[in-house]
Amino acid sequence: MRKLLVLLLGLILAGTALAKEATPAVPDPALEKRAVKLEEQLRCLVCQNQTIADSHAELAMDLKKEIREKLKAGMSEDQITQFLVARYGDFVLYNPPVKATTVPLWFGPFALLFIAVAGLFYYLLRRRHATAQQPLSEAEQARVQALLDASGERK
Amino acid sequence: MLRARFLIPAAIFILLVVVLGIGLTLDPREVPSPLIDKPAPPFNLTQLDHPDKTISQKDMLGKVWMLNVWASWCVSCREEHPTVLALARSGVVPVIGLNYKDERADGLAWLARLGNPYQISAYDHDGRVGIDYGVYGVPETYIIDKAGVIRYKRIGAVTPEVVRDKILPLVKELNGNA
Repeated sequence: MRKLLVLLLGLILAGTALAKEATPAVPDPALEKRAVKLEEQLRCLVCQNQTIADSHAELAMDLKKEIREKLKAGMSEDQITQFLVARYGDFVLYNPPVKATTVPLWFGPFALLFIAVAGLFYYLLRRRHATAQQPLSEAEQARVQALLDASGERK
Repeated sequence: MLRARFLIPAAIFILLVVVLGIGLTLDPREVPSPLIDKPAPPFNLTQLDHPDKTISQKDMLGKVWMLNVWASWCVSCREEHPTVLALARSGVVPVIGLNYKDERADGLAWLARLGNPYQISAYDHDGRVGIDYGVYGVPETYIIDKAGVIRYKRIGAVTPEVVRDKILPLVKELNGNA
């Protein structure tokens, strides 16, 4: 049993050892770090719910190459972001800027929350008024009395 | 009072269904392009069938033209191919191809087999020009006016409806005004 486990573990480790790590396009670790940080904020347009950093789509690979070359050439993160937005639009940004077309995106959820909270308050207020201000009718009064008496007798 | 209690959730439900229903009819791949009404990005590439000759967007200045991004490996390109071919043969608008991330031999074989709608195909082997044009899903189609400004972009296959409702009226308008 133990031998089997060791064998299994060995096989698992062998698998990871064989798996080829993606070789970074730039050997410079500082630049690589900047590139990855930037790629994590950019959307891959082919597989729309992944970042460029996560994606292995052809276009994402090309863009990774492009970003690294641009960083190497001395372009700043902002400049590269501008470059991509000019071509693919704000949609490439996972953190889109606040402007007329993105107002519903930024403030829509808060508006919905506000409406929901207002609705809840309105409902609660109305209910409190309804219960507090309605005196019991005579029939109800009698019923309450009967119930109280009944529970009193049981003791 | 009792009626409101049932009607309000029902109304909210119907509203939600309508909103989600509208959402279903939208295509998330159709991202509005920031390139509309901007000058077509410059390129200077070799021609697919003549590696010694080049083509640039400048060669098309003064004409309303269509740039169609295609590749031999692209499935939707085959889907739109008869439509593009018919449009090119009608002679309404010159069609220039951008052969995107393809091998020269594969691209030429594809055209030989299915027919060539393109006056010229530019050969964008590494996809650099594709990035400049914001290409992310082949096929993509651009209508560029006489001044070299992009006026329309279609992402995905060109259908006969798109040709009839969008491309033909736009080409007519652009040719008439300038």
